[in-house]
Amino acid sequence: MTPPAPRRGEGLVRPYVVTDGRAHPTRNTFDLVTLVIAMHDRPLAGLSPEKVRLMELCLGGPLSVAEIAGHLTLPVSVTKVLLGDLVDSGHLITRAPIPSAELPEAQILQEVLDGLRARL
Amino acid sequence: MDSALASEGAVYLRQSVQTAVKLLVVGHFAVGKTTFVGSLSEIRPLRTEETMTQAGALVDDLAGIDGKTTTTVAMDFGRVTLSDSLVLYLFGAPGQQRFTRLWQDMTHGALGALVLADTRRLEQSFDVMGLLEEHGLPYAVAVNHFDGAPAFPEEEIREALDLLPETPLITCDARDRVSSTRALIALVEYLRDRRSVQEPV
Repeated sequence: MTPPAPRRGEGLVRPYVVTDGRAHPTRNTFDLVTLVIAMHDRPLAGLSPEKVRLMELCLGGPLSVAEIAGHLTLPVSVTKVLLGDLVDSGHLITRAPIPSAELPEAQILQEVLDGLRARL
Repeated sequence: MDSALASEGAVYLRQSVQTAVKLLVVGHFAVGKTTFVGSLSEIRPLRTEETMTQAGALVDDLAGIDGKTTTTVAMDFGRVTLSDSLVLYLFGAPGQQRFTRLWQDMTHGALGALVLADTRRLEQSFDVMGLLEEHGLPYAVAVNHFDGAPAFPEEEIREALDLLPETPLITCDARDRVSSTRALIALVEYLRDRRSVQEPV
């Protein structure tokens, strides 16, 4: 079994300092599996160190909100606040999971099933 | 971790991915959730932690816990790319996180859950099964095989867990990728068939 990624040093800064004390993002659109895509044409100058780290991670390719939090070893709630700011400033766009009310769930489930069976 | 990100393109999703879905892998402490997620995941399982404090706005849930003002909850998760456009995330978490924002985040929009159980401690599965039912989240039960654990006939396990007749009961070895994949397939077949019964097209 592969152990979970080792924890980084706790750091000197309490989590909510990096969000200016905010516990909630500016928008409420982030699910754990919302896909996040970085815009390559936005300057990183002027961003906080945490946002620069987040952008450097995301510029490599698409990741989910949960993966970003895991890689940066930040709480999910803090990650969402940072992501909200970066979406507002045009650094990131999101590909939201399809809202469950509109989800053609039978079709999705069949695709999941096909994908899993192909792995046997 | 940083070097792995830089050198392994596989850490990132394909650009063509459009849809992400999630399934939960739940069960009591040490039942094999992280092992199960690790067997299936194409990435090294990641962990996210959430410290519940006043900033978490969940103060009420801590009332009555003597002298405890913060607590840390964690979940491990992994990823399985299923096609060019579809990716599956597996989230593993114990039931005692029920009151946290992290649990709410995990269950929101999840297709269903696989409950891992251990025949030596079946009674410890009730808590998480009840929790899933509260959330209206459909589930299947997979008995994780532990060396030296007693094997019981399926009927006895069903009775001990008080399962509904339609709830799938599977045995699996969480250390084995194929066995774990089969358990997920049984869950997703159930989710699909259950849906078509509920909503005839």
